[in-house]
Amino acid sequence: MALDKNPETARSFKLVGTRPLRPDGIDKVTGRARFGADMSAPGMLVGRVLRSPHAHARIVSIDTSRAEALQGVKAIVTRADFPAEVPEAVADILDNCMAGRTAFYDGHAVAAVAASSAAVARKALKLIEVTYEILPHVTDVDAAMRPDAPVLHPGRADESVPEGTPGNVISRVQYGHGDPETGFAEADRVVERSFRTAATHQGYIEPHACLATMGADGQADLWCCTQGHYMVRGTCAAILGIEAGQLRVTASEIGGGFGGKTTVFLEPVALALARKAGRPVKMVMSREEVLRASGPTASTSIDVKIGMTKDGRITGAAAELRYQGGAYPGSPVEMGTMSAFAPYDLKNVRTVGWDVVTNRPKQAAYRAPGAPMAAFAVESVVDELARGFGLDPLDVRLKNAAREGTRSSYGPTFPAIGLEATLRAAKDHPHWSAPLGEGQGRGVACGFWFNFGGDTCVSLNVNPDGTVSLSEGNPDIGGSRASMTMMAAEELGIPYEQVRTVIADTASLGQNEVTDGSRVTFAVGLATIEAARAAKRVMCERAAMVWGIDPEAVIWEDGAAKPAGPNAGKFEPMTLADIAAIASNTGGPIAGHHEVNAEGAGVSFGTHIVDTEIDRDTGAVKILRYTVFQDAGCAVHPAYVEGQFQGGAVQGIGWALNEEYIYGEDGVLQNPGFLDYRVPVASDLPMIDTMILEIPNPGHPYGVRGVGETPIVPPLAAIANSVADAAGIRMTDLPMSPPKVLAALQAGAAGN
Amino acid sequence: MSNIHVTTTINGDSVEYLCAPEETLLDVLRDRLGMTGSKEGCGTGDCGACSVTVDGRLVCSCLMLGAEAEGREIATIEGMAAGEVLHPLQRKFLEHAALQCGICTPGILVAAKALLEKNPDPSEEETRYWLAGNLCRCTGYDKVIRAVMDAAAEMREAS
Repeated sequence: MALDKNPETARSFKLVGTRPLRPDGIDKVTGRARFGADMSAPGMLVGRVLRSPHAHARIVSIDTSRAEALQGVKAIVTRADFPAEVPEAVADILDNCMAGRTAFYDGHAVAAVAASSAAVARKALKLIEVTYEILPHVTDVDAAMRPDAPVLHPGRADESVPEGTPGNVISRVQYGHGDPETGFAEADRVVERSFRTAATHQGYIEPHACLATMGADGQADLWCCTQGHYMVRGTCAAILGIEAGQLRVTASEIGGGFGGKTTVFLEPVALALARKAGRPVKMVMSREEVLRASGPTASTSIDVKIGMTKDGRITGAAAELRYQGGAYPGSPVEMGTMSAFAPYDLKNVRTVGWDVVTNRPKQAAYRAPGAPMAAFAVESVVDELARGFGLDPLDVRLKNAAREGTRSSYGPTFPAIGLEATLRAAKDHPHWSAPLGEGQGRGVACGFWFNFGGDTCVSLNVNPDGTVSLSEGNPDIGGSRASMTMMAAEELGIPYEQVRTVIADTASLGQNEVTDGSRVTFAVGLATIEAARAAKRVMCERAAMVWGIDPEAVIWEDGAAKPAGPNAGKFEPMTLADIAAIASNTGGPIAGHHEVNAEGAGVSFGTHIVDTEIDRDTGAVKILRYTVFQDAGCAVHPAYVEGQFQGGAVQGIGWALNEEYIYGEDGVLQNPGFLDYRVPVASDLPMIDTMILEIPNPGHPYGVRGVGETPIVPPLAAIANSVADAAGIRMTDLPMSPPKVLAALQAGAAGN
Repeated sequence: MSNIHVTTTINGDSVEYLCAPEETLLDVLRDRLGMTGSKEGCGTGDCGACSVTVDGRLVCSCLMLGAEAEGREIATIEGMAAGEVLHPLQRKFLEHAALQCGICTPGILVAAKALLEKNPDPSEEETRYWLAGNLCRCTGYDKVIRAVMDAAAEMREAS
């Protein structure tokens, strides 16, 4: 669906671009909003999971008899309670939710119990006797690729993997065009460096939670915190061997997800327990379980080689990316491989990616999955080259920036994009020219994300009193009900307060893709606009019927049907409320709906500037000033666009400086809590300044682009570049935690 | 072990309940009293989502036993608004879009109220350090800090 370019239909907005209060606001500031763990049901049982304490072990036997005998225990499930055969698409997901013959990581579920209370459930877990045969393990991506590494899934490698490659490599991907070697030969300098990034967790504050009910007739209901309840329905139905139509899933309010709630962990287990017990079962993860057994992102090892002429032209670029995605195939290495050089217009570029399995929890999406690590490596080398030639890093990026018509490093040719605009805005911003103090540094980096569209359904009902009810099927993770309400009201020409948007359950709307890929404001917004247009067409027809004129001679303007053309001015306009009030007499209730696989999401770019100061005694890096420049296409609710920029930047700051999964020699996660897995806190940070640029997306009627993911892409490199500027040290191993920075400072001092 | 009988005051109302000796105040609030506004984000006192005040002092209700509430005055997010009139902090959080998902919001509001009762004119730095025990993963804290400081300014003018 194209941008409204026709001057007849394009118009200035009344609501889009303003900052109304969010419709779910009062519930959220008073504690009334119901999140995953806030629901209960009569006769509800408490479900708990028994998890493997070993990184890799064969499950020899599970004896549940003593636990079953405990008073208050109503059901116990193991893998034996799930179908022996499930569709291939969900086989790994089932195995991750409940281990089969092998426990593949510390925290892997091996059994679950439903009991009358949490205390009984805890006791029951202790009475389940599991006999393990401990196997050798590997948790590091490079170690897992060595020929002598223990192999998790022999024979799982696909046809893309060359013969003789070590067994934990599951697939290989390659992108690019031209010949990097030719490019390197044309360069005045070629820099080649290796980088490593630690696994991080999305760190949503709300642990996974659900409440399941399932009867002997096969009908089931599930309440859960998820980024996509249709995905939950499809996945659980496939795993349990039931019909999707018999399972109704209702999405709770969601307490953060960032990609981590785009799959299932507890839900099929809760349903299996509820089926066996014949009673509702509620399951809530502890924080330790979230960190050990939900889906963090991949840890990576990346080599980058870039050639540049002394005037800053990139002549050749190559990267090899190795991502471990935990115990099952599916790390985001392909998206890292595709996005690595996306900000640049390159003649000669090649990227190769390797998907690797290790004895860690199965990774889940995390905000622009795969891209931040690749950008960290590439943007660090671009910065090093620019600095080496004494060039302004923004000028170098402008010189090489991808623009409309550029053949991207991953194939497609870009339409109108906003990278250049963000770079120019950064260069013109006072932040870029502000003086720095002694021992302070400034860094810059760019980021790219694809953005997605996908299956979307929206239904809009005009109520008899002239209000409007909008139903959409995507959990509201950061204010999307506000933006949908705004777009519906904008299109209908009625006040914001006259529309109420709800997230419908899976029985009430058609299929919706999960809330991912920064798709909601784009795709659901597009469907909302189309649904409103459909309702307007019906209302124009009703007015035409009342006036006895041709429907084509009626237009919709300022919230009312008006006679147009030769009939202009002949009849008083009929407002939405007027038409709604007589709907029953003019043909029945009025509604509009739209179902679409939305295309044209429009890629997204951002540029970040960050100032840092390094404490030379401790190695601590302090963020002094931070500014985000990003193209939003059209900022529907600018406050929530700013919020996405700020939140993404701060997650990136955490990734750059503190956050990491730390495994011991035994393959057990050593820091499964918020004390030791340290996310940024308020006192770590300055205000995060933002500048929203609006280069309209040609694929959306209002020009909207997704904004949620791109902001986490630049910070890792921007901070590393700032640290290089401040202290003359090139940090290539994330996080840049104080001990590592201190060691680099000391090594630098020793070298001098 | 048998349950313990507790008499306490929550948001000004006299409340009685039975709880197990090992049950936290947070579990009592959520599971026995149906007051689910206080959230469990970690259960170890690291995230602040379960913040309440006990006799005016800010605590993580996940670190306190339900039995310890005997004879105390507990205040939770559910008692923050006066009927339909929001507390200035609640209003400013909405005006500044200081929440995205909203799971940390009750705890941050309770903590911010405790700050302003102690210090009606906090600096940005004081606000950031006071709220360092409340994790928010969505906002990057920018709008949260602005909302708290704006509410403080409004409350100072009103008093």
